[in-house]
Amino acid sequence: MNNPAAAATADSAPVRERPPASVYGPVAWARTNLFNGIFSSIVTLVFGAAILWAVYGFIQWGIINAVWWVPTTAAGTLDPTSCRAVHGVGACWAAIHDKWRFILFGRYPYDQQWRAGICIALFLALFYVSADRRFWNKWLAVIWTVTLIAIGVLMWGGVFGLDYVPQDEWGGLPITLILSTFGLAFAFPLSVLVALGRRSTTLPAVKILCVTYVELIRGVPLVALLFMANVMLPLFLPEGVNFDKLIRAQVAIILFAAAYLAEVVRGGLAALPKGQAEAADALGLTYWQKTLKITLPQALRLVIPPLVNTFIGFFKDTSLVLTIGILDLLTASKTAMADPVWQGVSTEIYIMIAIIYAAFCYTMSSYSRSVERKLDSSRNR
Amino acid sequence: MSGSTIDPRLANARAAPKRGMQLSWADPVFRSIIWQTLIVGLIAALLWYLVANTSRNLQVRHIATGLGFLSNTAGIPIAETMIPYDPATSTWGRAIIEGILNTFKVAFAGVILATILGTIIGIGRLSKNWLVAKITAVYVETLRDIPLLLQLLFWYGILQGLPGPREFKGSTSPIFLTNRGLRIPSFGWEDAHSWALLAFVVGLIGTALWNRSANRKQDTTGIKPAVWPVAVGLMIGLPVLVWAALGAPFVVEYPALKGFNIVGGSTITPEYFALLLGLVLYTASYIAEIVRSGIQAVPKGQWEAAAALGLHPGSVLKLIVLPQAMRVIIPPMTSQFLNLTKNSSLAVAIGFQDIVSISGTMLNQTGQAIEGVGIIMLTFLAFSLSISLFMNWYNARIALVER
Repeated sequence: MNNPAAAATADSAPVRERPPASVYGPVAWARTNLFNGIFSSIVTLVFGAAILWAVYGFIQWGIINAVWWVPTTAAGTLDPTSCRAVHGVGACWAAIHDKWRFILFGRYPYDQQWRAGICIALFLALFYVSADRRFWNKWLAVIWTVTLIAIGVLMWGGVFGLDYVPQDEWGGLPITLILSTFGLAFAFPLSVLVALGRRSTTLPAVKILCVTYVELIRGVPLVALLFMANVMLPLFLPEGVNFDKLIRAQVAIILFAAAYLAEVVRGGLAALPKGQAEAADALGLTYWQKTLKITLPQALRLVIPPLVNTFIGFFKDTSLVLTIGILDLLTASKTAMADPVWQGVSTEIYIMIAIIYAAFCYTMSSYSRSVERKLDSSRNR
Repeated sequence: MSGSTIDPRLANARAAPKRGMQLSWADPVFRSIIWQTLIVGLIAALLWYLVANTSRNLQVRHIATGLGFLSNTAGIPIAETMIPYDPATSTWGRAIIEGILNTFKVAFAGVILATILGTIIGIGRLSKNWLVAKITAVYVETLRDIPLLLQLLFWYGILQGLPGPREFKGSTSPIFLTNRGLRIPSFGWEDAHSWALLAFVVGLIGTALWNRSANRKQDTTGIKPAVWPVAVGLMIGLPVLVWAALGAPFVVEYPALKGFNIVGGSTITPEYFALLLGLVLYTASYIAEIVRSGIQAVPKGQWEAAAALGLHPGSVLKLIVLPQAMRVIIPPMTSQFLNLTKNSSLAVAIGFQDIVSISGTMLNQTGQAIEGVGIIMLTFLAFSLSISLFMNWYNARIALVER
């Protein structure tokens, strides 16, 4: 009692033991997360073995047995003998080495392909800028208009000393990006109008029109719409007027996208508290003032994640233009596979374009998730 | 004068002012009528213009409109038929029906398999086993990010790259997976099997009735009579008895290599196999996310409260969590089923003859573009409506009844 401090130090000498291995450390982690019970252990072992086997197989096929380049023959053509020799046991990456420009740019004139390359870069920059909150105002519309016109000029040419390249020579990744991005740019304003029409209380006839349009389009697969655009659009138009196949497909994609986007926008408008519109009415704002300044901006912010997800869907769905023979990324790679020199090389090319598609989609979906988290955290503050 | 009646002198002042529509821009009713007339008129004019153009174009091309062509001979071969079809004599109408049946065949099997696989993967993502959770997450992320058409072409390419039937010389395996499709043993179906199936259905109904009375007994006495012995007896015992009484026929035809091809058994063509595989794997990745978020949407307190009541873990899932999760799961699941059905139209890219593919061929050969597209649209609208109706009925049945 006389000196508690001294007694305490004598009693509890500082213990510098390591934490028990059964609670911390990799072994304990494995026991709780991988071998927690008999069933869990069996599952871990089976799946682990399957993964190791798959990875081993892929390394064998894709790296060890793979052919990375092939020699050129005296005639100046590539000699695929070594690729044919490893068919089935090793990858033929030499085919991609030879064909990547065709897959990316299609039949675009070889010495002009830098223009298509710049277009891809412009698209990427456009997406990057659109993702930035600072540009979510009227400038975004200006940026989109300018960029899309610039892309049109670059692809077509015919001005500023650029050679004219007709549409049927376009191909590859630019086509995929054009169909999806131009599709979004035109479908989005249309979808906002349709969504407003569908929510209208004073214009019942317009509401019926919008509901019919949305439900009809959403009930039919895109393949059928593309088909329709391809065979029926020429019938609809007066004789002598005809559009290029690419524009016909673009029209189908715009009409298709607008119906789906309209539902997303409508969801945002419905989710907005009613008080916002009522307050605007009480202030004496007109319908368009109320819509453009109060409800629409808030509703659109709310639906950015589902908008991005819908866009990812269109981006993937543009590959369906294969069915009407437009040379997009997928069709270009199918065409590349048909090259008699690279007979039997398909998995390698499929892997390459799958990586391209997945890179775009994964980036967009992780962006959409991050926006969703931000919106959630600001809502639950 | 009683107090309840309103002073007649005030009645006019209390009623809303009655006012006729004024022909002025300031009147909202007038404005709305003008706007609607304008918009509907514009769209009607556009439609009229298109119809006029179309009829002129059809006249120029000498294409007669109407459905009369459906009774003409089709003359196209159809690889997979569910009803008797002969290219030389069968009509376009019959070809179209084959197409609808083929679409149904893919969509029906696809919906069921994708639901099973998607549910397993969705639950796997919530697994406490780290490896299972990671593998299923990678599965979902990868398959969602690659276009379905690419996946279909990939699977179809792999199936076509398989060795031909010749390479299986001397094989005694009951299953053959060759570049001509999957050959599986077929089952000789006889009358006895139909009767056994009928007995099974009777047993199923009997079990359901017994289960209902058992539940009622539980409600009144608190003790639930055992259900499983009755279920086994009625659903397995009864059909086996019927089958045995009719002579217990059991014939299985195994596929075997004869000459250059495999004969016997039944075939799943590479086209159907690739289409089904691609659709199921792709849609399952979406269904997995729906199932996962549905289960996660059930508050943790529900699990804990159920455990505190002493419920068995299986009962917690069955009685507490799933009924609540289902409310969240069913509506997006419906739209995935619709997507799968619509995506089955990608069959046209790998040569499976579904309704889009057959209508497309018809459209090219007969020039009946409007009728062909109309048939496609009607078919898919019918499919979509039936799926929606069924799912809405199911949703209403399982919805939690709130006060």
